[in-house]
Amino acid sequence: MDWGYSINQPRAVNLDKNDLGVAEKLLRRMPLLQACIGCGSCTATCTAGGFTSFNFRKVQTLVRRGEYQGAYEEMSKCMLCGKCRLACPRGINTRAVVMMIKKELAKQ
Amino acid sequence: MNKKVVVIGGGVAGMQTALTLSELGLTPVIIEKEASTGGKLCKWHKLFPTLTPASEVLDGLRRRVSEAGIEVMTGRTVGRITDSGVELEDGTALACDATAVCTGFDIFDATLKEEYGYGMYDNVFTTVDLEEMFNRGEVRMVNGEKPRRVAFLHCVGSRDEKVNQRHCSRVCCITGVKQAMEVKQMIPDAEVFNFYMDMRMFGPGYEEMYRQAQYEYNIQFIRGRISEASQTIDRRVQIKAEDTLVGRPLKMTVDMLVLIVGMKAGASNERLGGCCGVDLYPSGFVRPADQFLRNVCSGSERVFYAGTVSAPKNVGESINEGIAAAYKISRYLNR
Repeated sequence: MDWGYSINQPRAVNLDKNDLGVAEKLLRRMPLLQACIGCGSCTATCTAGGFTSFNFRKVQTLVRRGEYQGAYEEMSKCMLCGKCRLACPRGINTRAVVMMIKKELAKQ
Repeated sequence: MNKKVVVIGGGVAGMQTALTLSELGLTPVIIEKEASTGGKLCKWHKLFPTLTPASEVLDGLRRRVSEAGIEVMTGRTVGRITDSGVELEDGTALACDATAVCTGFDIFDATLKEEYGYGMYDNVFTTVDLEEMFNRGEVRMVNGEKPRRVAFLHCVGSRDEKVNQRHCSRVCCITGVKQAMEVKQMIPDAEVFNFYMDMRMFGPGYEEMYRQAQYEYNIQFIRGRISEASQTIDRRVQIKAEDTLVGRPLKMTVDMLVLIVGMKAGASNERLGGCCGVDLYPSGFVRPADQFLRNVCSGSERVFYAGTVSAPKNVGESINEGIAAAYKISRYLNR
């Protein structure tokens, strides 16, 4: 029976409980991703982000914190055009990051 | 010509001012309130971004001060600056032809930020405490164990209206990066997190060091100021922040929380201010006569500044100002 009430799950990113396995594997394969300074150049130039809610900067940050839920679906919005890679001031191969995250999370 | 210049403070700025004055043929006298020269650097282990031992810089300056035969009065405090010289706190008047104020800064008192529990919780430390640990050669929790998870918090006592410190202390960003890397060097399997509001890497090699900390040392930088810390039942520290780059609250437990304390105006500024052209900014630092052309000059033609008495500065900048102040003093006395 639906009484119209529910209990919200805690929204906090809990680094004591999150499983960082995928994040660590990703960073071992792409250590330069750690050099991200969160500038948002990738998201600003993103073709997909111009038409959908896709935010590469935010999703990869969440993945690095062990927050994987919904990340695969989000990354699937990417069209792999690679403009973000041209824009990244830290030289991160962002397009490869999209592929790696999708590959790792598809297994889950 | 044997003109005497009183240099108040024997830190790096004061020693360099005295050395250059001596090279220019003047007679400096350093008045140092502590038992020895060196100032804040005495407690520091290594300097950013080169990891040069602080003692290397200090030993060089002290040796040259000694070789130049510069008089150093230690354990003496200047009470006020007068029109003819300075007056020590014990009432002794010292006449001189010019005065260089090189009294430096004070370290922000982290106990004022009660929400972080410094002085209350076991494993909350400051950057100064950490340098002492580096000097001892090991980083340990209060119970003697190696920390496996360490969080640094930037901007403690900087950019904070709540503790009347509106200014940015500039050097703490890079200090936090340097110390995070040193912790990783000493404890390679430790997880290290830096919580920051902005990373202000203003100096040569600083941004490069920040990138190295991220890329090579796996230090995690989380943009967000920790709002509160609390002690867990096993005497670790639970912290809460917002991960502002994802717009979600974040919490975690760490073995050690290191508060990256800022630079606050020296307590002596208040005492020396208000007379002989020594004017203070609202922040408490002294206000130079002009921010561009007369950075080391005061409102009085015979009083000069060098180093962090006028604003937060790094060691190199403080030393440069010592040279600049000495040159200006020499121009004034040889006019």
